[in-house]
Amino acid sequence: MDLTLFTRRSDYEWEVRPQGAMRVPAVIYASEALMRDMDNKVYEQAVNVAKLPGIVKASYAMPDAHWGYGFPIGGVAAFDPDAGGVVSAGGVGFDISCGVRCLHTGLVRADVMAAQKTLADALYSRVPAGIGSTGLIHLNLDEMQAMLTGGARWAVERGWGVPEDLQRIEEQGQMKGAKPTQVSEKAKHRQRDEMGTLGSGNHYLEVQEVTAVFDECNARVFGLKKGDVVVMIHCGSRGLGHQIGTEFLKRMAVSAGQHAIRLPDRELACAPINSDVGQEYLGAMRAAINCALANRQIITNLVRQVFADVLPQAKLPLLYDVSHNTCKIEEHRTDGQLKKLYVHRKGATRAFGPGHLDIPEALREAGQPVLIGGSMGTGSYVMAGTRGSESLAFSSACHGAGRAMSRHEASRHWKGRQVVDELAARGILIRSPSMRGVAEEAPSAYKDVSAVVDAADLAGLARKVARLEPLVCIKG
Amino acid sequence: MQPHMEDPEKSTARWEHFPHEADVGIRGFGATEAEAFEQAALAMTAVVTDVRRVEAREAIAIECEAPDRELLLAEWLNSLIYEMSTRRMLFSRFSVQLHGARLHAQAWGERVDSARHQPAVEIKGATYTALRVAPVHGEWVAQTVVDV
Repeated sequence: MDLTLFTRRSDYEWEVRPQGAMRVPAVIYASEALMRDMDNKVYEQAVNVAKLPGIVKASYAMPDAHWGYGFPIGGVAAFDPDAGGVVSAGGVGFDISCGVRCLHTGLVRADVMAAQKTLADALYSRVPAGIGSTGLIHLNLDEMQAMLTGGARWAVERGWGVPEDLQRIEEQGQMKGAKPTQVSEKAKHRQRDEMGTLGSGNHYLEVQEVTAVFDECNARVFGLKKGDVVVMIHCGSRGLGHQIGTEFLKRMAVSAGQHAIRLPDRELACAPINSDVGQEYLGAMRAAINCALANRQIITNLVRQVFADVLPQAKLPLLYDVSHNTCKIEEHRTDGQLKKLYVHRKGATRAFGPGHLDIPEALREAGQPVLIGGSMGTGSYVMAGTRGSESLAFSSACHGAGRAMSRHEASRHWKGRQVVDELAARGILIRSPSMRGVAEEAPSAYKDVSAVVDAADLAGLARKVARLEPLVCIKG
Repeated sequence: MQPHMEDPEKSTARWEHFPHEADVGIRGFGATEAEAFEQAALAMTAVVTDVRRVEAREAIAIECEAPDRELLLAEWLNSLIYEMSTRRMLFSRFSVQLHGARLHAQAWGERVDSARHQPAVEIKGATYTALRVAPVHGEWVAQTVVDV
């Protein structure tokens, strides 16, 4: 990216001052090296978001920002409903409430390695992954409504988890304000057989080892120490969320003129929060959040069943569950005033600082766990929200590594089998229905997650707590 | 990805992928808008699998509409994504007719077979990023980015 477009405010903060139709600045948090590697489209998209009605303070991009559609992936923007603020389907993304869940196991590396192959095969056979796979749970219309209202709480009530799980999920496992009646029949149909499925692409289920601890104090609060084994689940709201995103993108694009919104680009399609379309989207989007939370809960239950069979000494309580494609109402202080804002995070993780009342009590002193997914071969991170993050980017941090190479280029560089063999030689077992999918997700097709996490840490968005490396990876 | 010609002797119909950082750009070329729409659909199947591996065993009908041709392209692709998702099918042959704001089409394909198709990725939706339907150098181009 052309760095002359920015004013450097500090080592990790780059600003585009308002110009033209921009209502607020655009700010990217990243190291100089990450900035140089970033696509110019991130600049364009962050600047375009700064032009939307009712945007508050700035249009932000996280260190893993890359070219999205409308909003950059890694984008954060808050809107004030009293100032004509908007909600944007593209600002949330198609995979509504895609996120990451981390489970403790109480095991150490040696326990898993003694049964590594059996565990990998059992997880692969029990957790539906990849295109065309269906879950074991098929929802009729009544159950669909209950799921869309109840989220993970619904799943726990059906026996797919324990009440303690809910404390460790954003919104206590149930997004309020969901309106299943705003979810189309098509969206419900698309979800009917997809509960408890992982999906494909960059979604995965991994068994990981804690290989480094950077902050002993917070790690202790989170219950992590070097050598521990955890399970990480990355997936979202499946077909239901995709269909809601698709339908509202069109409705918002078509209705923008009626709301006198001049879109810099049609892909920024949005509607006033205080409009029928805006309210209907929020109701449907919150139902999709519940769908994602229920989905990760059902997968959690499947994972627990597998461990009960293969490594029965394991106990798998939740560390935490975060969503990184959402729009949520949050109170933030701007210009000395506490305001209710609609915070869009697309490929960005909420990162509340220590003491925030929405963090479970047992974790509150450390800050909210921020779970960062990496690639199959490199690793993932657990971070903790900081007090300073609120003034930086409405308490937000990065969400992953971000691609360094297109899927096509990756599949020309590597063969799936070769990737599987190379990772096996390093002690990492991959299971996937698609070798082409594995090739497209090759570790080297991703940016260095460590550089992203370091930048987030040094920018003050969140603090590094622990690094995790995979032992088993189930890829959709 | 290299352009794929259907029948180089008779037609300019072909498709290609264009790069997008996280997702995939799909582009169809044709002598008519309808043909460019068909080729864009083929390009979309090619994001998931090798189109030559998908047999045209079963036909489904698709109808949709949108206020303009670009939104109609997105709507066409999203209608296909919906059918792919709910029927668990892949499609390899398309016949599109455009009548003003409306599209009528048939798509031929088969159920997903993981072992044979090795589907790389599920398509979540067609975005409006780089969305374009236009005549270029005497042929029609229909393109957008699909979110995977």
